[in-house]
Amino acid sequence: MAHTAIELNGISKSFGAVHANRNIDLKITAGTIHGIIGENGAGKSTLMSILYGFYQADRGRIQVGGKPVTINTPSAAIALGIGMVHQHFMLVENFTVLENVILGAEGEALLNTSIAKARSELERLERDYGLEVDPDAVIEDLSVGLQQRVEILKALYRGAEILILDEPTGVLTPAEADHLFRILRQLKDEGKTIILITHKLREIMAITDNVSVMRQGAMVATRKTSETTVEELAELMVGRRVLLSVEKGEAKPGGVMLSVKNLTVKDSRGVTMVDNVSLDVRAGEIVGIAGVAGNGQSQLLDAVSGVQKAVSGTVTLDGVPVALTGEADPADLRQRGMAHVPEDRHHVGLVLPFEENENAMLGYHRQAKYLNGPFLDIAAIRNDAREKIEKYDIRPADCRLKTANFSGGNQQKIVLAREMEQDPKVLIVGQPTRGVDVGAIEFIHKRLIDMRDQGKAVLLVSVELDEIRSLSDRILVMFAGRIVGERGPDASEAELGLLMAGVEEKEAAE
Amino acid sequence: MSAPYAKLPAWADYGLIPLINLAVAFLVAGLVVMLVGENPFRAAVILVDGALGRGQNIAYTLYYATSFIFTGLAVAVAFHCSLFNIGGEGQAYVGGLGVAVVCLAFDSILPWWLVFPLAVAGAAVFGAAWAFIPAYFQAKRGSHIVITTIMFNFIAASLMVYLLVNVLKPAGSQAPQTRTFVEGGHLPKLNWMLEALGLSVRSAPFNLSFLLALLAAFLVWVLIWRTRLGYEIRMRGFSPKAARYAGVSETKIIIIAMLISGALAGMMALNPVMGDQNRLQIDFVTGAGFVGIAVALMGRSHPAGIVPAAILFGMLYQGGAELAFEMPNISRDMIVIIQGLVILFAGALEHMFRPTLQAAIASLSPRSMGAEARQGEGG
Repeated sequence: MAHTAIELNGISKSFGAVHANRNIDLKITAGTIHGIIGENGAGKSTLMSILYGFYQADRGRIQVGGKPVTINTPSAAIALGIGMVHQHFMLVENFTVLENVILGAEGEALLNTSIAKARSELERLERDYGLEVDPDAVIEDLSVGLQQRVEILKALYRGAEILILDEPTGVLTPAEADHLFRILRQLKDEGKTIILITHKLREIMAITDNVSVMRQGAMVATRKTSETTVEELAELMVGRRVLLSVEKGEAKPGGVMLSVKNLTVKDSRGVTMVDNVSLDVRAGEIVGIAGVAGNGQSQLLDAVSGVQKAVSGTVTLDGVPVALTGEADPADLRQRGMAHVPEDRHHVGLVLPFEENENAMLGYHRQAKYLNGPFLDIAAIRNDAREKIEKYDIRPADCRLKTANFSGGNQQKIVLAREMEQDPKVLIVGQPTRGVDVGAIEFIHKRLIDMRDQGKAVLLVSVELDEIRSLSDRILVMFAGRIVGERGPDASEAELGLLMAGVEEKEAAE
Repeated sequence: MSAPYAKLPAWADYGLIPLINLAVAFLVAGLVVMLVGENPFRAAVILVDGALGRGQNIAYTLYYATSFIFTGLAVAVAFHCSLFNIGGEGQAYVGGLGVAVVCLAFDSILPWWLVFPLAVAGAAVFGAAWAFIPAYFQAKRGSHIVITTIMFNFIAASLMVYLLVNVLKPAGSQAPQTRTFVEGGHLPKLNWMLEALGLSVRSAPFNLSFLLALLAAFLVWVLIWRTRLGYEIRMRGFSPKAARYAGVSETKIIIIAMLISGALAGMMALNPVMGDQNRLQIDFVTGAGFVGIAVALMGRSHPAGIVPAAILFGMLYQGGAELAFEMPNISRDMIVIIQGLVILFAGALEHMFRPTLQAAIASLSPRSMGAEARQGEGG
């Protein structure tokens, strides 16, 4: 019988009145991959931060390898053999792999001895676990998948026996994710213990031995992965039955509502982010843009919706051209029937310190129904907000509450309600379910399909391949700023994955 | 990993926290008083008595408060657009020029109640014009408004000295100031209001611009929370990206917010120039522009907070003068120290007591924070 690597008893943590973790018990067997799933805000990250020494628990005990321990700082966690691979990498971009690996573990004033030591150690790790990466490569030249490998190497170099990975596949292509899973299995075979935090049920089923489910700060269940199902886990996460697949009928595409021709967008440093992209979206269809984050999808959305200037190209909205290279005006586009659900609702789509009702008209606040001359018509604004709250089941149903105090899913509903209720001709949607709980995802997907069935042209960008595949009527794959292929909704994940990784069209077709 | 603090109830946020900050500022100031060898309690009694003890003193307190309401509102409007206008001092100084030009031109032709609206316009236009230049550079070129407005205070000072010495000074006079305005350039005093309450006021400069300041406070509230323009100003202040998304021109909104801010700062000049001294003197602003920063911070950029905060600073100014008179060891600089401490505790260290207070309130009455406490779970 394998021994216990980590045991948590009665861990509780509050931030003010928020109980992020309540009375959590968790036992992780050494030499296994243990998944922890839960919706956003379920308390997964807080729990792992306690384990890694970022926060201290208010109550409860931690045992590592059978001995009670106190973990006050990340260095204490490292000393106990706990390593963490963060969702957002903690790497110095212009350092080499070696320099990053020894960072914080330099040992002495002069670097050459520790560099030499690290080099031989890295070679060993590479041999043992198949973690190939060029030790002299500079981080910023590496792909995201390789950068993540460096993070894993960093943890192993510090002698980690227990590795915590926080949402590791969010930024990876399907192929890179598969490679990561191979590495994790290898690590497990070598006796390491791995804790995998994720909200993707498929990954849990694919790789873990055991899985614990968190909901609203509490640990609601632990199962052997082989003895559970995706449906059961989803139900445990949400607390009720969820429909995981989206039901939709045939699309009935009409005329072209949104047409993008030869669009090129550069960022502030002059780097081409969108490279000569052309696409059409017809009334009554959803066109999905698949791709790994950072391949120009965000800039494409921003340029089409007028938030960002384009260098060249044309966009026509219902047959009328849109000024792109000058001062593109989102207000004008809205008036002409383009609604936009932006990728970043926290900084772009919403003003978090505003009351809910103030956000319910953001961007449409020039409309006469909200105004009395130069004055705001407060009563009309609040009534309008209340109607949307009712119709989109936004909770809590309080239009005077600060927007920051709504959950991610409800915040997204505030944005969707605002944009969809304008009855637009074209709806542009970026990452509609990012950071949104499973229950709300179902609702949002249904609304998007409804929009399509009402004859709207919907342009959807998402890094969640499942979402793209289940919603889109046509799928365009974006890589390095270009559209590298178009597929139907029945394209296999493997095929799309190859396109997303930049494998050329012809090769992918073979 | 953002600090997931729950929100405080409004009464604590807008009432308790400023009070605690103020108390700590006074506590530290008391230590300074002890350090110079005086009894801080006696000093406090003299200060409060000097500010509120007699009708005369109250009138002076309100006279100072008038200036601070204007400059506090000026800072607050810019704050709502996330602009830190440190140039209130210079804008008020140049605003004085607007008042003086109007008074010098019309004081012998028109009655005061016709000169007054013209002077208000003059003050606002000159103050706004002085704010326009830094605003333009911020909006078009990204030159930081804190730096440029500080610089413009110095430029304003030099400009005004030049004008007073070389242009506005009557021939044959030795003092760098304009001629004294005749009747049309005098604002009526409001001392009768205090006398109506049974207080006696011998002579004090408390004048009509106090009522204008209260009106301005109300109008600022209307502007910020009840107009489309205010909505767009706050939108840009909280989130420039969201403002761009909503189709609000950042350039335009920055310039408009700064023009309003500069106009309010400029209107401060009405109080000393037309209400008291009846001429434009060198350095008549005497730091009111900077006090406005402390007032706006303490008042949390809300007119309902700014008016009491301005009156409090009026008390400090008036009471401090009495204190310097009664306790020779304490100079008027003590008031500057207290002012600095308030800025430190209300502004820079605003979040020092917040976490403790949040924990305390949460444990005392979890329900008061219940509905609002859902932010930032996990994360």
